[in-house]
Amino acid sequence: MIDADGRLSQRRGSASSAAKQSHSGVTRRSLLASAALLFTATGASARIVTKVLPWKPNEAYPVTPIAPGGYLFFTPQEAAIVDAFVERLIPTDDLGAGAKDAGVTTFIDRQLTGPYGGHDWLYMQGPFSSAPLPSQGLQSPLTPRQQYRQGLAALDAYCSKTFAGRGFVQLNAEEQDKLIGGMEKSEVKFDGFGSTMLFNAIYGNTMEGYFADPIYGGNRNMAGWNLVGFPGVRYDYRDVMEKPNQAYTLPPVGMQGRPAWGER
Amino acid sequence: MARRLPRKDVVIVGLGWTGSIMALELARTGLEVVAIERGPWRDTAADFNIGTAPDELRYAVRHDVFLRPRQETLTMRNNPSQTALPIRKWGSFLPGNGVGGAGVHWNGQTWRFLPQDFRIRSHMTERYGAGILPEGNFIQDWPVSYDELEPYYDKFEYVAGISGKAGNIKGQIQPGGNPFEGPRSREYPTPPIKQGHSQELFAKAATNMGLHPFPRPSGTLSVAYTNTYGCTMAPCTYCGFCERFGCANYSKSTPQACVLPALVREPTFEARTECEVTKVNLSGDGKTATGVTYVDANGEEWEQPAELVLVCAYALFNVRLMLLSGIGKPYDPASGEGAVGRNYAYQTGTGSTAFFEDVKFNPFAATGSLGMVIDDYNGDNFDHGPHGFVGGAYINNAYTNGRPILYHPTPRGTPNWGSAWKKAVRETYQRVTNVGAQGSVMSYRNNYLDLDPTYKDPLGRPLMRMTFDYQDNERKMANWMADRCDEIAKAMGAKTTQVNRLVGPWSVVPYQTTHNTGGAIIGSDPKTSALNRYLQSWDVSNVFVMGASAFPQNAGYNPTGTVGALAYWALDAIFKYLKSPAPLVQR
Repeated sequence: MIDADGRLSQRRGSASSAAKQSHSGVTRRSLLASAALLFTATGASARIVTKVLPWKPNEAYPVTPIAPGGYLFFTPQEAAIVDAFVERLIPTDDLGAGAKDAGVTTFIDRQLTGPYGGHDWLYMQGPFSSAPLPSQGLQSPLTPRQQYRQGLAALDAYCSKTFAGRGFVQLNAEEQDKLIGGMEKSEVKFDGFGSTMLFNAIYGNTMEGYFADPIYGGNRNMAGWNLVGFPGVRYDYRDVMEKPNQAYTLPPVGMQGRPAWGER
Repeated sequence: MARRLPRKDVVIVGLGWTGSIMALELARTGLEVVAIERGPWRDTAADFNIGTAPDELRYAVRHDVFLRPRQETLTMRNNPSQTALPIRKWGSFLPGNGVGGAGVHWNGQTWRFLPQDFRIRSHMTERYGAGILPEGNFIQDWPVSYDELEPYYDKFEYVAGISGKAGNIKGQIQPGGNPFEGPRSREYPTPPIKQGHSQELFAKAATNMGLHPFPRPSGTLSVAYTNTYGCTMAPCTYCGFCERFGCANYSKSTPQACVLPALVREPTFEARTECEVTKVNLSGDGKTATGVTYVDANGEEWEQPAELVLVCAYALFNVRLMLLSGIGKPYDPASGEGAVGRNYAYQTGTGSTAFFEDVKFNPFAATGSLGMVIDDYNGDNFDHGPHGFVGGAYINNAYTNGRPILYHPTPRGTPNWGSAWKKAVRETYQRVTNVGAQGSVMSYRNNYLDLDPTYKDPLGRPLMRMTFDYQDNERKMANWMADRCDEIAKAMGAKTTQVNRLVGPWSVVPYQTTHNTGGAIIGSDPKTSALNRYLQSWDVSNVFVMGASAFPQNAGYNPTGTVGALAYWALDAIFKYLKSPAPLVQR
């Protein structure tokens, strides 16, 4: 049952091509990423593991680092609204960079283009209840991409109507805060879209982007990690355990290192 | 039509903790064993690579190693009068997927249940009278005792390398350990892990209050260890990426670290991954399993005949597979009859959040099993007479991590955003800790599992429906525990505390615990249990069902230690069964 490279074999189907595919991280990961894997017309029918552990030296499945610049999902207008919105959620102030300066808009944009943006991994079959219990959690058929596209449009339409033609970006900080607070508490009604759903989407993604590893485009210069004093992915704190109740002084490190190490 | 494959001696459904242990022990005797796993193969070296493993967004938030709800989920409601809706996104609990199962992403907290937990109905009735048992309860004594399980707890702990301090060796109370635990035959395989400043405060406060703190038994190891299968583990580095992550250090007790390296060397073992078992096939009279049917990654159906079928998936999915295969009578809450799906239980979580001044708790320097614990309020270690509830909890002070997307606490009353929030997040991170109580959940007539009438998986099979809520007994117990937690938090020197109570219906949204139990329980009576005391189906005697699905109700502990013990206990019975295939207990 050992195939050409001696590590695993495919029992059925087009053995050679299937074996090759299941060795490719890309193919394997894309299979993992897809709940439709049971129905794929091509690819391995089963992965057989016997007699040896099937891994190769240096085999790993890294994520693709985000290259900042431009937007893949947002229109320039949408990006400007998100920029303004996240800057109110986590402002730049004397405690350091806020969400906008930390790249959170780029983070959200790239997340929306991936599996998260389509709720690709979630259970999205109907029927969708119009009156779910709060204890039943997420029950909307709208994907994050739809929530942003429809929600940002509804927000801007609301602003235009309420603030004499000014969009969200044109409001002053005080007006923006009041509006965001109203969305949070469901006190503001948009036409055709739940204002709280939009608030929750942006709020959740802002926290993610501000505190996630910088490899995803947010947390630029580790603004989020510096705010709380999280040292990142050092992966070994045995020294800290030896010295309880003492300040940790080393700067944070991400999966790509840290800014002082230069551009990677 | 399913194509039929050559017969195997043993087919195992799911290659997690119990599946891998079963596979190794049975393959070692020369039996032909095939394990069928619906998720991917996962290795420490490749899948939990140190350069990619510590990624909070990918693993903790986007759930990279968990079962994708799109592939399978459950529907949920709080009581039978409601309409269940699908859990579209995991929240309250996080089922694993792939080789290693939930054993990949757990925290490693490894407990034994108390001797009285195994005879809780008799014990409570003897001490307090039957009136203490809550209304509508289905509480049952286990059909196996602590003393019977002890050698098997020991076996599992020595495979997993658990780091801890014994509190009771052969009846002798040991200083520094848990004085309430059942007698163990020997010390833990490895010494306890290190604790942080907050745990020092907790231990001191608890001792001053006359309580009995001890280090949590840990599946993240204090020292290097070579286990009974010759698999070698490395010391934990307190990296703070345990629960929801694979361990890159070979420090966490997982099937990957503890079993698979030995298992794959067995020439009669084979794993087929990315293949989903859809059904256990039965003979015409329904009394014998002939094997399983599974669907491969191409959507093609295969039949794998086997002499023995071991159902080793996650507790919830074991129950669903039994329901879909027609093994045993499905439970019906209206009549109270039927065995499969009954006695579903969970776990309570309450506590007190404690805010200090002038401390550096360094929450990021942590491991999943870190923590100091007291067991004074677990099981019936304290007088329940004045309280009118059944059950208990352990109370612990722990950090499992300081990963900031999901952990950036602020005091109640802080705005959720803006500069004031930012300031509070900065000021709170280093000086907050939690004293928490993880409690038991009893079984009840209206907490159960069955097949959903509306929602289906991608193969068109009904999803399982979970009907569950905390009952008054659990609310009373858990909220009493919250007050005990608060007392300790204050005694630790907290400037302020916030009590976290159990309020409102159980919700699928916030993460609580992946300790889902019951549904295919062991028992002495085939009318009220799906399995006999050897985890053998009462109805189909060549089917054994592993996992926490076997628990008649849940105790105030994490389940994995008991799941491991039950697996080794069942294994000895399976060896007997193989010599003379028949029901091991007459019905």
